Amino acid sequence: MTVDVNAPFSTRVQQAVSNPVLADNLTRATINLQLKREQSYSESHGQRLRDQMRRMKAHTLRHLPELLEQFEHNVQMNGGNVHWAEDGEEANRIIMALAQRHDVRTVVKSKSMATEEIHLNHHLEAGGIRCIETDLGEYIIQLAEQIPSHIVAPVIHMNVDEISSIFEQALDMPKTLDPQALCAKARGVLRQEFLKADMGISGCNFAIAETGTVCIVTNEGNGRMVSTLPRVHVVVMGIEKLVPTPQDAFLQYQTLTRSATGQKTTVYLSMTSGPRRREDQDGPEEFHVILMDNGRSQMLDEGYGESLMCIRCGACLNVCPVYRQISGHAYGSTYSGPIGAVITPLLSEKMAMAKELPYASTLCGSCRDACPVQIDLPGLLLKLRQDLVEDGAMPGLERRALRRYAKVMQNPDAYQRLGGLVGMGSRAYARMSGGTISRMPPPLHHWTRTRDFPPFAKRSFRQQWADRQRTGQWDASA
Amino acid sequence: MKRKNFPTPPQRVALFVTCMVDMIYPRVGRATVELLEACGLEVVFPEAQTCCGQPAFNAGYHDEARAMAHHFLDTFHPLVRDGQVEAIVAPSGSCVTMTSHFHAQVLAEAGEPAAARQAAELSAVTFELTEFLVDVMGAPRLESTYPGRVTYHDCCHLLRELGVSQQPRQLLANSGVDWVEMEGSEECCGFGGLFAVKNEPISTAMGTVKLRQVEACGAGTVSMCDVSCMTHLQGLMDRQGREFRARHIAEVLAARAGARPATPTADASPQPPSDAEETEAPRRWQDIHTDGTS
Repeated sequence: MTVDVNAPFSTRVQQAVSNPVLADNLTRATINLQLKREQSYSESHGQRLRDQMRRMKAHTLRHLPELLEQFEHNVQMNGGNVHWAEDGEEANRIIMALAQRHDVRTVVKSKSMATEEIHLNHHLEAGGIRCIETDLGEYIIQLAEQIPSHIVAPVIHMNVDEISSIFEQALDMPKTLDPQALCAKARGVLRQEFLKADMGISGCNFAIAETGTVCIVTNEGNGRMVSTLPRVHVVVMGIEKLVPTPQDAFLQYQTLTRSATGQKTTVYLSMTSGPRRREDQDGPEEFHVILMDNGRSQMLDEGYGESLMCIRCGACLNVCPVYRQISGHAYGSTYSGPIGAVITPLLSEKMAMAKELPYASTLCGSCRDACPVQIDLPGLLLKLRQDLVEDGAMPGLERRALRRYAKVMQNPDAYQRLGGLVGMGSRAYARMSGGTISRMPPPLHHWTRTRDFPPFAKRSFRQQWADRQRTGQWDASA
Repeated sequence: MKRKNFPTPPQRVALFVTCMVDMIYPRVGRATVELLEACGLEVVFPEAQTCCGQPAFNAGYHDEARAMAHHFLDTFHPLVRDGQVEAIVAPSGSCVTMTSHFHAQVLAEAGEPAAARQAAELSAVTFELTEFLVDVMGAPRLESTYPGRVTYHDCCHLLRELGVSQQPRQLLANSGVDWVEMEGSEECCGFGGLFAVKNEPISTAMGTVKLRQVEACGAGTVSMCDVSCMTHLQGLMDRQGREFRARHIAEVLAARAGARPATPTADASPQPPSDAEETEAPRRWQDIHTDGTS
């Protein structure tokens, strides 16, 4: 069963966990990526890189307004154009206007997470413009009419057999389990699209304020074709993608490649600082950068700025035991895993629209350990929970139960009385049902659906302690 | 988080037994006392203690968590301030994380700097049991006779918030227990507090992965430093009819407690539960709920 991203959260989770192939695919792939990451960091000064990164990102966020203006100025000096988009809708409108002005019929795309965030394809296609994803994973996702299930490896939830079925259906290709044959097929189809396309739209891994340069990190080379072959190149970037200097860019490059795929360097690093100049052999006639806010400055204002340090390497997804079980699609939006659980509610119109996500974590902390910027993801999830409670978004029953719990727990006598009562009931039940409790009333029935629960002890520790204080020894019968 | 250094070993400690141990697993509390007393410590049990407030805090209810933080401070701070105890010890990495990390946070964010300072003072002298035994008491040899092969599961708060990983392993290795590492010991078991109820299907799937890891290492017992994760895993095992079991590390280490107990007790050579016939084991090490007569 596939996960229907439009279904409610509980349904998505149920669909995911009832598909054993999915957890298998994900576990194998993410452990592989995790091991590669650990290997690549063991060969370098991992902790020093992470500390430098954190300092650099913190500095960037502190100076974001100045850096953005510096970037804008330098892009313009290089002959490019900068557009500011407050939200996704505005970004889509700007791109649509550009496409119409240039009479664009086909768009090729690369590094598409930011445009996935704003559903750009949907928007352009509604205006009669074809959009072709050219990152292999994104291309497969597009053929399958799905959304990415991983920030770096959008098709990580599928195995070769499943991908071949998609190619069979969409491209009339005979079934094969040979990944190279599948790649060759995609390459053949995409090459024609590159040559036909009127506009290239890409995201951006990071952009350098000091030089006005947009950097794209790829292994497939398609990013470079998107940025050079079509007449117009449009970059859609979140405002947090900025780094101050080229040195900072290479710091981020090192950590990004190591954290994402365990590579010391990727096959391509494309740096674009403007449209084609007179002496250039190739390149677009026009170069546009859209600086997109879409909720980001609000994150800064509301105490979630740390989440803007994210470099979208996906390391937190690869180590997340929840992600491994439910897949990216269960998160229901573009960004999944621990960072997705943080930013999806913040990017939503109302935080409460995705209120399940901050609770869909055990707060185990492996994401924070894996993060190259050491983002305190569990801390951010806890803050989101606090904000949801303070906004009154949580069920009244839960609120009353926890209020009652705190009342009882502040009063040792009440605590003992309640413990005694629950204890008696639980022991009576357990006696009838073979020693443990196999059914509990809602909402605790969620516990006993798959797990037993032990009855309370006949004599609590404090009672046994009091006995021992009196008699000088533990009660052997307790 | 700063921990106090003890130039000379402390003499007297307060036990924060935690509400789950108090109500459900007194056997873990007793084992904890045995271990501390085996080190020659006097154990004090402040009777006003209840819960650290973590269920409220983790669910986002900071007002309620703050009330609990105050209760904890009221209970323990005077003891430490007046020098009646030198340290606080709890058989739980998770509850120590709550008291040592998050009490100060919830107090500070509500503009209560004095209380937050007190919480930080307590944090410096509050230890999880294995952390205390190794880092403060110098890793005593405990000579356990716990039967069968034992593996160790790293509970997340203990591992990643308190940074305690090698201490419990050192104690197990020094105790004579047949101890073995399992693959994936640092992976979360899927308990996660209210997560286990709110997200039961995910919690169950994660716990089942953990059971497979235990099974693969061939241990009869998976030990850990938190009874909450233990309840989750044992609950899954009971339902799935698994052969192995989950135990708190104190129960494993204190099986026929190493050095003689400081307070003489009347019991004659207690036996740990045997793998095959747990309910036949002498009562002292008995799990109350598996004892049909209790």
